Amino acid sequence: MAKVKGAIVINNERCKGCEVCVDVCPESVIAMNKNVNTKGYHYAMVTNENCTGCTNCAVVCPDGVITVYRVKVPTEVV
Amino acid sequence: MAVITREDIIKPENLVYKRTSLLVDCALSYCPGCGHGTAHRMLMEVIEEMGIQSKTIGVAPVGCSVLAYEFLDIDVQQAAHGRAPALATAIKRLMPEKYVFTYQGDGDLAAIGTAETIHACNRGENFVIIFINNGIYGMTGGQMAPTTLPHMRASTCPYGRDTETMGNPLKITELVATLPGTCYVTRQAVHTPGNVRKTKKALRKAFEYSYAKKGVSLVEIVSNCNSGWKMTPVQSNKWMEENMFPYYPLGDIKVPAAE
Repeated sequence: MAKVKGAIVINNERCKGCEVCVDVCPESVIAMNKNVNTKGYHYAMVTNENCTGCTNCAVVCPDGVITVYRVKVPTEVV
Repeated sequence: MAVITREDIIKPENLVYKRTSLLVDCALSYCPGCGHGTAHRMLMEVIEEMGIQSKTIGVAPVGCSVLAYEFLDIDVQQAAHGRAPALATAIKRLMPEKYVFTYQGDGDLAAIGTAETIHACNRGENFVIIFINNGIYGMTGGQMAPTTLPHMRASTCPYGRDTETMGNPLKITELVATLPGTCYVTRQAVHTPGNVRKTKKALRKAFEYSYAKKGVSLVEIVSNCNSGWKMTPVQSNKWMEENMFPYYPLGDIKVPAAE
């Protein structure tokens, strides 16, 4: 069975720090940054490599700042 | 096995989701966490998937979404407060080949525009009404709206809405569902991924039914107003689930008879 691996790209300047994406991530990939962007919001950031590319965060983001990528990882035949 | 790095995944051929290009590439003017942004994006995704960008005319209301014409990359006409259904009637009658929708809040649709809404629904005009219900006048500072819940606090009812003197919340979606001119009436939400995807399907059905001359389709989207409710976005979504949904239950209220 092939595994999937995903990655998200967050547009830091457009993020308004509403934190809605943090709760919906099943892999707890997203957290809020201590730093702020030029508008003064604590923006979302990626904290680990567990992303599966499920698109939950991107779908609920009110400002549509998240772009999602996904690849299939072929498992080795032993 | 070679380790797959983040740089290997982030390539154009692996893209699975990005903000639709039908939303103008600018920052939305809404508060952080506001459901308007998600509703706008779902609407534009439906228009993109149906391939009707050049055939769609929207009518923007007065309220927080008054600037919708700045964000939606389609033809949009601005209506006077509450008069969006009247304007949409004129547009659809003059150009019946177009997809026409109105995008209204609860203060616009259920208060000042009640007459226009009910009569447009009763006449069975063939356009879509998208109704964002957050139970408050968000843009003007959180005053009580017709849809404000009993005992819910707002800036003009600081001790909570007293139903003895201020009446009960208006369920306008159920009201218009009883009229013969409506074909598809549904209530959705945009606070969780599942609900967002359901809302998108509902919007697509609404556009299809109304274009097929079945009558008015009304999609109510129960949304949060974290600024008006004086909560954080996450708290307001939870409050909405606990308090708004019992009074405004989600789901289809009326579907066309053919189904």
